[in-house]
Amino acid sequence: MKRTTTVFKGTLAATLGTALLAGCGGSGDSGASDEGKDQTVTLVTHQSFVVSEDVLKQFTQETGYRVEVVQSGDAGVMVNKAVLTAGNPEGDVLFGVDNTMLSKALDGGVFAPHRAEGLAEVPEDLRLDAGKHRVTPVDTGDVCVNYDRAHFEAEDVEPPRTLEDLTRPEYRDMLVVQNPATSSPGLAFLLATVGAYGEEGWQDYWKDLKANGAVQAEGWEQSYNDMFSGSAGGRDGDRPLVVSYAASPVAEVHYGTDKDPEQAPTGVAPGTCFRQTEFAGLLDGAGNPEGGKALIDFMLSTSFQQDIPLNMFVRPVREDAVLPQIFTEYGAEIEDPHTVAPEEIDANREQWIKQWSALMR
Amino acid sequence: MVVPVAFFGLFFGYPVVAIVARGLREDGRWNLTRAGEVLTDPLTLDVLGFTLGQAAASTALTLALALPGAYVFARLDFPGKRLLRAVVTVPFVLPTVVVGSAFLALLGRGGVLETVWGVRLDTGLWAILLAHVFFNYAVVVRTVGGLWAQLDPRQEEAARMLGASRPAAWLRVTLPALAPAVLAAALMVFLFTFTSFGVVQILGGSRYATLEVEIYRQTAQFLDLPTAAVLSCLQFAAVGVLLGVHAWTVRRRESALRLVDAARTARRPRGAGQWALLWSQLAVIAVLLLLPLAVLVERSLATPDGYGLLFYRALTAEPGTGSTFVVPAVEAVGNSLAYAAVATVIAVTVGGLAAAALTRRAGRLVRGFDALLMLPLGTSAVTVGFGFLIALDEPPLDLRSAWLLVPIAQALVGVPFVIRTMLPVLRAVDERLREAAAVLGASPLRAWREVDLPLVRRALAVAAGFAFAVSLGEFGATVFIARAGTPTLPVAVARLLGRAGELNYGQAMALSTILMLVCAVGLLALERARTHSSGEF
Repeated sequence: MKRTTTVFKGTLAATLGTALLAGCGGSGDSGASDEGKDQTVTLVTHQSFVVSEDVLKQFTQETGYRVEVVQSGDAGVMVNKAVLTAGNPEGDVLFGVDNTMLSKALDGGVFAPHRAEGLAEVPEDLRLDAGKHRVTPVDTGDVCVNYDRAHFEAEDVEPPRTLEDLTRPEYRDMLVVQNPATSSPGLAFLLATVGAYGEEGWQDYWKDLKANGAVQAEGWEQSYNDMFSGSAGGRDGDRPLVVSYAASPVAEVHYGTDKDPEQAPTGVAPGTCFRQTEFAGLLDGAGNPEGGKALIDFMLSTSFQQDIPLNMFVRPVREDAVLPQIFTEYGAEIEDPHTVAPEEIDANREQWIKQWSALMR
Repeated sequence: MVVPVAFFGLFFGYPVVAIVARGLREDGRWNLTRAGEVLTDPLTLDVLGFTLGQAAASTALTLALALPGAYVFARLDFPGKRLLRAVVTVPFVLPTVVVGSAFLALLGRGGVLETVWGVRLDTGLWAILLAHVFFNYAVVVRTVGGLWAQLDPRQEEAARMLGASRPAAWLRVTLPALAPAVLAAALMVFLFTFTSFGVVQILGGSRYATLEVEIYRQTAQFLDLPTAAVLSCLQFAAVGVLLGVHAWTVRRRESALRLVDAARTARRPRGAGQWALLWSQLAVIAVLLLLPLAVLVERSLATPDGYGLLFYRALTAEPGTGSTFVVPAVEAVGNSLAYAAVATVIAVTVGGLAAAALTRRAGRLVRGFDALLMLPLGTSAVTVGFGFLIALDEPPLDLRSAWLLVPIAQALVGVPFVIRTMLPVLRAVDERLREAAAVLGASPLRAWREVDLPLVRRALAVAAGFAFAVSLGEFGATVFIARAGTPTLPVAVARLLGRAGELNYGQAMALSTILMLVCAVGLLALERARTHSSGEF
């Protein structure tokens, strides 16, 4: 009996103590530059970011900075948080803003300019903020319709190749898409149709798509794992077409149990793609801008660039970076993706999403 | 009283007010034109109507299914009871995205239901309601059952001796005594389903949206703070009215009860009625709770070449060998446990102090405070998360990337549970016992220790169990708080599910299974701790 009370009091004291300590700035690492803090550079990013430990170690050896990776939410949430905290950021570098959100971040005053070393190795058309160098392209990935190879072979039907194909009767009740309001690939696919059919035509296209039995899921996880028949995980889907990534077939092989199949279990419809480019930028108000600049430079280095594909299943932007064999063997190279200019996306994103929701209701 | 007020003021009131004010002010002036637009939009009314409707329906369904369960767990003794009580709480901690997957497997196309009965609930209202029962069954069983187990059965027996029929005796004696706990459970289930997010998104599809989903979209996706602020205020108003109604109904019903040791009230089932009740409840639990859990366990073991531990081994694999993480995924277990331990301590401390303060004769001020402490349950996680971001961002209070912020956010949700489970019991303690202790010369603290504590110890353990489970499963607020390399279990599961490939999906299922085990073991340990020290009745 006596003991419990002492424990109770002790915990209370401890809790209050911790709270007080925390309150006195005994923790937190948001780039407040006090002694010894400058050796750490903080990278703010989204949930899908992965990098090899060795590559980060290499950066520390080269520059003396230790990288702390801070992740929360998806890319959209991450950008909105950055806009909300512009000028007093959560770290030094932001990675993972893509061309569908870029203008929003730039207009929100999130970034400070930095011209990264190694930019010369990056194709011109990817440098979307070339004039001001507020962001640096790091990787690209295409969002495309994926198909279940086994299904089309069994039915003896050619898989679809273009957006137009998806509205044909032979692909009736086959496609699952994501809600662009809550899903990044969902938004990218909506933009692919805007890029292909223009401001005037995209809604008619979607009416056809809906009439042809396309259904929507809230997020990629649900559509791909639970509704798509071609994914090895989940196993319940009955829809042979899904909006996913050009590198999803590579991931199916890499994370599959058969490491050396004839072909990947899924394929990509090359005429249905929208290209997402992911950027990194120095955060305005960063506590350690020098470390931040060094990290952005490093992100364009060959070692970081070649580490990207098998961790994040997107492609490096450096032209001289070597792709892993699994990518060249099972991945699709998309020649001519649909595009929409970032400022046009930013001006219309919400409106398009609202129109889409009304149309698909 | 000071500690809970300070805690809530700093970590709830201040951030939420900050983010709402940011939305409603423009250039330093209040701008309410947007508020008018949003409130008069027919869509807003639709969303509000649906939110209230589905919450009411979910609450009714959960109570109908779980109240008999509360009786079974409180009054009947059967083998494996303690284990089962821990297991029914497990759904509470599972990430909704995983549960959604299990429910789709059962209710969806080609699911069990369709194969056996040809019914497909796929996505829609019924799927939402059933998932809500799945998540909240334990809330009712634990809050109501906790008090029920301690009611003196002899009172009901006395009524029977005086000629009351069995139902009449139950209605006139037992039910009034239980009313506060039933209402508390109903309130919590209602608040939970009122702010339902994942379930509605995944199982409802885009046809249905709750206020919570709308607030999330407006805040996190569109950064339309004015609209989000108005919707948040609407949510507050609805929750406020609800809390008012609850306080008003409870006030007249809480009275001193004779509480006895729970171990003495449970008996082996006697008579056909009790056996039937026991079996029917076990059937409900098996179909509604165990089946979806079993689906997940089955998938975690189903490797391409028969059943095996392949996915579990992959979890401990070193990075670079097909792992999705910089650290082995298993380390998320440690992170989750550390957060849960700290969150439980905070929640029990703050909630316990608040409950103790609220027990003493309540003035109007105190009652208002009681309602305030419930608000976090009815507040959108994204509002709190983004509120932290703009409110706690400057020294001396720059906590944005502090480790402690995560358990604090989790404790915010845990505290209401602690209060709601402890208050009915504390208020049921006969004041005369305390007076007698005081007359005999005990200091107030000693009186509390000798009189209240032994009686509330059970409630305290139940409350701690809830706080622990809430923290383990909490995903909403945690996902907005940036953390360095320490994913919790639900976050790790979400990450694995977000990548293509069989190994990732299998690992997500394996990690979910580990999450269930961690939760069940943790709860059992808490139950054990209680029984070891409750010999002083």
